[in-house]
Amino acid sequence: MFAPVRRKTDALSATRRTLVRLTPLALLVLAGCAGRDDLYVLLPGKDGKTGALVVNSDGQQRVLDQPYAAARVKGAGSVAGRTSTEAEVRQTFGPALAAQPSRPVSFFLYFLADTDEFTPESKQLVDRIFAEIARRPAPEIVIIGHTDRVGAVPYNDALSLKRAERVRDELLKLGIPKVRISVAGRGEREPEVATADEVPEPRNRRVEISVR
Amino acid sequence: MRSKLMSLVVPIVLAAGVAVAAEDAGQIKVSKGAAQIERSGKRLSAQVGRVVQQGDVVITGADGSVGITFRDNSLVSVGPDSVLAIDRFVFDSTTHQGAFESSLKQGTLAVVSGKLAKQSPEAVKVKTPAAILGVRGTEFLVRTGAAKD
Repeated sequence: MFAPVRRKTDALSATRRTLVRLTPLALLVLAGCAGRDDLYVLLPGKDGKTGALVVNSDGQQRVLDQPYAAARVKGAGSVAGRTSTEAEVRQTFGPALAAQPSRPVSFFLYFLADTDEFTPESKQLVDRIFAEIARRPAPEIVIIGHTDRVGAVPYNDALSLKRAERVRDELLKLGIPKVRISVAGRGEREPEVATADEVPEPRNRRVEISVR
Repeated sequence: MRSKLMSLVVPIVLAAGVAVAAEDAGQIKVSKGAAQIERSGKRLSAQVGRVVQQGDVVITGADGSVGITFRDNSLVSVGPDSVLAIDRFVFDSTTHQGAFESSLKQGTLAVVSGKLAKQSPEAVKVKTPAAILGVRGTEFLVRTGAAKD
């Protein structure tokens, strides 16, 4: 039983040996010696927003908050800022970026006030959901219920979960493929439309079906 | 009618139970070349569909790469000759509170942060042998390794 595993890991055992050798080196680096070739790059977000990355090496800190802002670390405490480029990113990180999973996609169903009843139009949506599932490797579905802000937080947590479970049961009846399904209730925490408390808002009474 | 419905619902309820088990952090969606998961001293092939847990170490060979979608929708992928430890993953799907800490020991890493980073910027950290990265949202890349002479 062990032999086939060995054969498969041949390519990796070199990595492992390297690691064993690297461990004392890493300790030396942390103790303040130079000798790293680290590069950290912030990318422009696909959703149009660029976040921020805080690089901290032995007390030296650098905040990356512009597209392609980058930091080099050559040893603990040695953080140098620079700007990377699309070409450098492709060259250095091509395989890691190519292995990035597909981004999750969300579909929304809407509900009548204070109920778990949804409209028949949703049936068309189901076909699109099924198509999305079919095109993904190891697909999963996460069904997330949301409410408006009428009612107390614990009540809405329970109602949102009930809505999510209702949608799960409906999808099952419609013959959803056998995939991993989980349900969650977000209550009133994530409104689509921001409102004051106790304001009825149909657009917030929804269930999100996230396929990933 | 009722029993027919139950026979449909029960397996999914069970599946849902599996999906939210405490140790479930994510699932492998992409796997190329030599790629493995080290879990409790054992090596498992990093095949598409395999669940990733807190404590797992993702290891790739010279031609390997792996992409994982985590429960908070974080997308994490490593390139060749990489070692990534999933040190901690906790995610509450109602409040979005939790923590995601990982260590890239060597190699390359691409991250699209998920719901944890959106909820609380202190929740997501990536360590390398030389630095700690605080993640305030969205997409970034990490390469770490010893300098070549």
